[in-house]
Amino acid sequence: MISGQARPRLGRHVRMRPDRPTGGWVLLGPETVVVLNRTGHAVLRLCDGERTVDEIVAALVEGHDGADELTVGEQVRGYLERLADRNLVDMG
Amino acid sequence: MSTDMSTDTSTASAAPRPFGLLAELTYRCPLACAYCSNPIELARYDDELGTADWQRVFTEAADLGVLQCHLSGGEPLLRRDLPELVRTAAGLGMYTNLVTSAMGLSPRRAEELRAAGLDHVQVSVQADEPATSDRIAGIPSFERKLQACRLVRELGWPLTVNVVLHRQNIDRVGPILDLVEELQADRVELANTQYYGWAWRNRTALLPSREQLDRAEEIVTAARERLAGRMEVVHVLPDYYSRYPKPCMGGWAQRQLTVAPDGDALPCPAAQTLPLPRASVRDASLADIWQSAPLFTAYRGASWMQDPCRTCDRRELDHGGCRCQAFQLTGDPAATDPVCHLSPDHHLVAEAVGEANRPLPVDLQLVPRPHR
Repeated sequence: MISGQARPRLGRHVRMRPDRPTGGWVLLGPETVVVLNRTGHAVLRLCDGERTVDEIVAALVEGHDGADELTVGEQVRGYLERLADRNLVDMG
Repeated sequence: MSTDMSTDTSTASAAPRPFGLLAELTYRCPLACAYCSNPIELARYDDELGTADWQRVFTEAADLGVLQCHLSGGEPLLRRDLPELVRTAAGLGMYTNLVTSAMGLSPRRAEELRAAGLDHVQVSVQADEPATSDRIAGIPSFERKLQACRLVRELGWPLTVNVVLHRQNIDRVGPILDLVEELQADRVELANTQYYGWAWRNRTALLPSREQLDRAEEIVTAARERLAGRMEVVHVLPDYYSRYPKPCMGGWAQRQLTVAPDGDALPCPAAQTLPLPRASVRDASLADIWQSAPLFTAYRGASWMQDPCRTCDRRELDHGGCRCQAFQLTGDPAATDPVCHLSPDHHLVAEAVGEANRPLPVDLQLVPRPHR
C-alpha cells in the first residue's frame, strides 16, 4: 500500500496534456493513452513530486463539504497505485 | 480517389476516434535489415510528401483526435525538415515519438529535436555485440547506436530500445537484456519479427524454432521480475506460434492510422498490399479517408467476417486477426488469419512452423533490404 508520505509525480516518460476534442485531459506515454475523467485530472495535477499523498488528499477534500478524508484517501491511493503499476506515476 | 469519398455525416459520426498516427516520413534507410517490414517495392515511394504536406496531415490528424505521433520510416533522421515536423506535431499537443536507427543522431541534431519538443526516442538495436548487430544491420552501426542511446539519456529523454527478435539473434536475448540495462533504458521492446515486406521474403531464415522461443521466454520472464520498477520489458511473441491470431491494430481502422512516405493513408503499415483502391492524403483530407475510404471501411467492425470468425466468441477480441497476413497467405483479405488453429488455411502456418523446427542452421542467408 502507498505511504501517505510518498511524493508522487508523473512517470518520467509521461505527459499530461489537454484533449482538444473533448475539452478534458489525457495522459500520454510512448505506447499509452489514458483519457482522464475530472477526478483523475484533479488528483494528477497535484502530483508534482513536492506534495505528499496526505497533502494531496487534504487538498482534494478541502472545500468539498461532506467529503470524507478516509474514503477519499483510500480511493486516491488505489488510483495512484494502479497508475504506478503501469509506470504512469512515479511514487518517488 | 476523392470521388470515392462520401461526405455522409451519419458515416462520419459512426467512425471511431484514432489515437495514433504512424508517420512514415521516408523509406530511405542507412541500414539494410532483412527483417524490415517496409514494402518490397521501395522505388514506388521515392516521391515523398513535402514539409507543408506533412504539416497539413498532422493538423488534420490532431483534428481527428490523434494524440500520438510516431515519426518513423525508413530512417526519419534522413529528412532534413524533421525538427520542423516535430515542432508542428508538438505544437498541436501530440506526444511525439522518434522511431530511429539512431544513425545520424548527432549531438547537434539531437539538441535541435529536443528544442523542437520531441518527447521520446526509440532506438533500434540488432544484437548485444558488434559482429552480430552489424551483420544483421548490413553496415557497421553498433557502436554509434550505443553512443546515441547514451546521448538520449544525457539529454533527459526517455529511451526505449527496440530489438526485433528472430532466429539469428533470439539465442542472445540474455546478453541483449544486459546491454539494455547498462544503457539505462526506460523501456525495452523485444518484438519477434512480423512477416511483412522484406521479413516475409526472409521468413525461412528468420522464424525461430519452438525451442529457441521457449528458452527466450524463460530468460525474459526472469528479467522482467528483476527489472520491475526500473525498466518496462515488452515481449511480443511470434503469432505463428499462437493458438489464436493477434488483435491486429486493435481492430481494422479503429485506433491507428499510417501515412506512407508518398502520402498513401493506410489502416496499418502493411495494408498497401491489399487489393483495394489507394487513398492518398494528396487527394483527400485525412478525415474523409478515415471515415469513408474503402481501404478503411472494408474491414471495420465485424460485418465482413466469414466463418469461422463470423460465429466465433472471440471475434470481438481478436477481430479475425490480421487482414494483411490473411491476404498474403490465402489471397483473400476477408479470410480468417491462418495463424488461428480454427482457420481452414491453418496448414499454411503449420508448415512454416514445421520447417522452422527441422534441424536447420540458425544463420541461413538473408536477403538484405536495399538502402535506396
